[in-house]
Amino acid sequence: MTQQVVSANRLADGRVVYLAAEGGWTRELAAARRADGKEAGAALLAEAEAGVRRCEVVAPTLVELQEEAAETPGELPGLRRLRERIRDRGPTRETGRLLTEKPAATAAAGGL
Amino acid sequence: MYRYDEFDQAFVRQRVAQFRDQVNRRLAGELSEDEFKPLRLMNGLYLQLHAYMLRVAIPYGVLSAAQLRQLAFIARRYDRGYGHFTTRQNIQYNWIRLDETVEILEALAEVEMHALQTSGNCIRNTTADPYAGVAADEIEDPRVWCEIIRQWSSLHPEFSFLPRKFKIAVSGAAQDRAAVKFHDIGLYLRRNAEGEVGFEVLVGGGQGRTPVVAETVRDFLPKRHLLSYLEAILRVYNLLGRRDNIYKARIKILVQSIGIAEFARLVEAEWAQMDGSSLDLPEEEVARIQAYFAPPDYPAAPEVDLAAQRRAEPAFDRWLAANVARHRVPGYAIVTLSLKPTGGIPGDATAEQMERVADLAERYGLGEIRTTHAQNLVLPDVRRADLQALWRELETAGLAAPNIGLAGDIIACPGLDYCSLANARSIPVAQDISRRLGDPERQRLLGPLQIKISGCINACGHHHAGHIGILGVDKRGEEFYQVTLGGSGEEDAAIGGILGRAFSAEEIGPAVEALVDTYLELRADEGEPFLQAYRRLGDAPFKEKLYGTA
Repeated sequence: MTQQVVSANRLADGRVVYLAAEGGWTRELAAARRADGKEAGAALLAEAEAGVRRCEVVAPTLVELQEEAAETPGELPGLRRLRERIRDRGPTRETGRLLTEKPAATAAAGGL
Repeated sequence: MYRYDEFDQAFVRQRVAQFRDQVNRRLAGELSEDEFKPLRLMNGLYLQLHAYMLRVAIPYGVLSAAQLRQLAFIARRYDRGYGHFTTRQNIQYNWIRLDETVEILEALAEVEMHALQTSGNCIRNTTADPYAGVAADEIEDPRVWCEIIRQWSSLHPEFSFLPRKFKIAVSGAAQDRAAVKFHDIGLYLRRNAEGEVGFEVLVGGGQGRTPVVAETVRDFLPKRHLLSYLEAILRVYNLLGRRDNIYKARIKILVQSIGIAEFARLVEAEWAQMDGSSLDLPEEEVARIQAYFAPPDYPAAPEVDLAAQRRAEPAFDRWLAANVARHRVPGYAIVTLSLKPTGGIPGDATAEQMERVADLAERYGLGEIRTTHAQNLVLPDVRRADLQALWRELETAGLAAPNIGLAGDIIACPGLDYCSLANARSIPVAQDISRRLGDPERQRLLGPLQIKISGCINACGHHHAGHIGILGVDKRGEEFYQVTLGGSGEEDAAIGGILGRAFSAEEIGPAVEALVDTYLELRADEGEPFLQAYRRLGDAPFKEKLYGTA
């Protein structure tokens, strides 16, 4: 079953954040809380909406993780969509990666 | 250039104060995002993938050295040390914080700038020929009319909530360097049979998912009637433009649906019943604005033996051939500074580069800089005797790529690396192609070749108008790139045709190289540019090369 996390942009500075396992919001995907399946995802998103009401974040949304397991036990698998990987890691221009480099399928933080 | 009067100054300051209040209320939770979003967009502030993005207006692409220094300051203080010059002659900052936006708007106001009407369904920043006022092929300076349009359209109450955004471009030259025919309204300054100067008015051009080349709605409009005629066009659009479907809301859809003849009839009827005299500018007001753009007193410039310099330095020769254009005043030249170094990000400039350009504009020019829709910068008034010294300075600043109008002068939108609308990345594709075709001698041999890349169908990278156009699409989560050939954004405007199936990210660079090789094999001679060869040959040999079938 596809795992999901909630991502949003922080209101004050627009930076990408995730709903954290420890509560609140984190910049680290590895610290994001995971949900398995549709119902758990909806519950996670509902919880994230409280962050909107508290003026912490904008536009929370569920994003899917890759189905492959993480290489390192205990770490998160990467983000499934390229868009989300770019949101997480920053523009590819800044990483200096070539277009032809494939994303590491099981990178801990969804690297490009 | 135009200088703010007391009204302009007070108006911009007032808007900054209003936005400060709006931001404070948003941060305090008194405004929801739904309530705040239209307010921030009216001030050019978007929320993109990584942060807020602020789009700053550069009216008709004209900047003073002081303004460019302030843009550099903003890049360094509030962004990550660079800015991105756009295809609408504006600049965007990609790493902006909401809670610092008001400070930035205050910094802009200090140098008579703002971010108003760079978003929203209003009349956007009017664009112009970047060589305005200095071009050797110009009938009249379009900046005067751009400024008049700017003042008329700023917060125009009737046109602040149009069915969709609205873009106007003006050119006064024989060569179209402003993509006039791809605008909602395009204006060419023309001379009629009696020798009077007026406007040819075009309407309904645009790119996006429905590309259309604008059609002429009036062959000749006396200049004094410009505002009333624009108002008539906008009234017809405001009344009949569709508001039920965002994809069918631009004026081009209206013009296409009723036909240019019927649209012209409606505009003329609206214009006939308007009180034009209340809108048409009095001559003294036009003269007042004209005075801001009066040609400077050009000091006599000594002639220089450029031929000898060119022979001595082939690299200077290449740069001169590609990046320097004829000025209307003998002894002077127009210099385009390429923001497209090989492997670079099209349109990006660092704070240091902006400051360097500001210094060079003062040292080698008259303190003015232009931005171009092709995402480069222009120094409009350089003494020919200074060209070699300027070139040496630009070389050290990474601004002397000799590629204007050539294969390396790629237009690219920010794409999926930044933009929340994008489906695919544009920048790495541009970088890849730039590296493949970047050799200056190869570019010179290839001749004029415009490659334009958009990361989605909104076409901010003008791919429809590229000799080679590239459109990024998403196919089941993977980036693919569709190729179009034969587009042009100039006076021979044309929409490129799709060549065939899309290419993967790995394939697109080699595919472009294959197209270029095919052109080299088949061109009649070195004097036949890519676009001309394509028009003669058609799709077939290019399809054959890429897909193995015509």
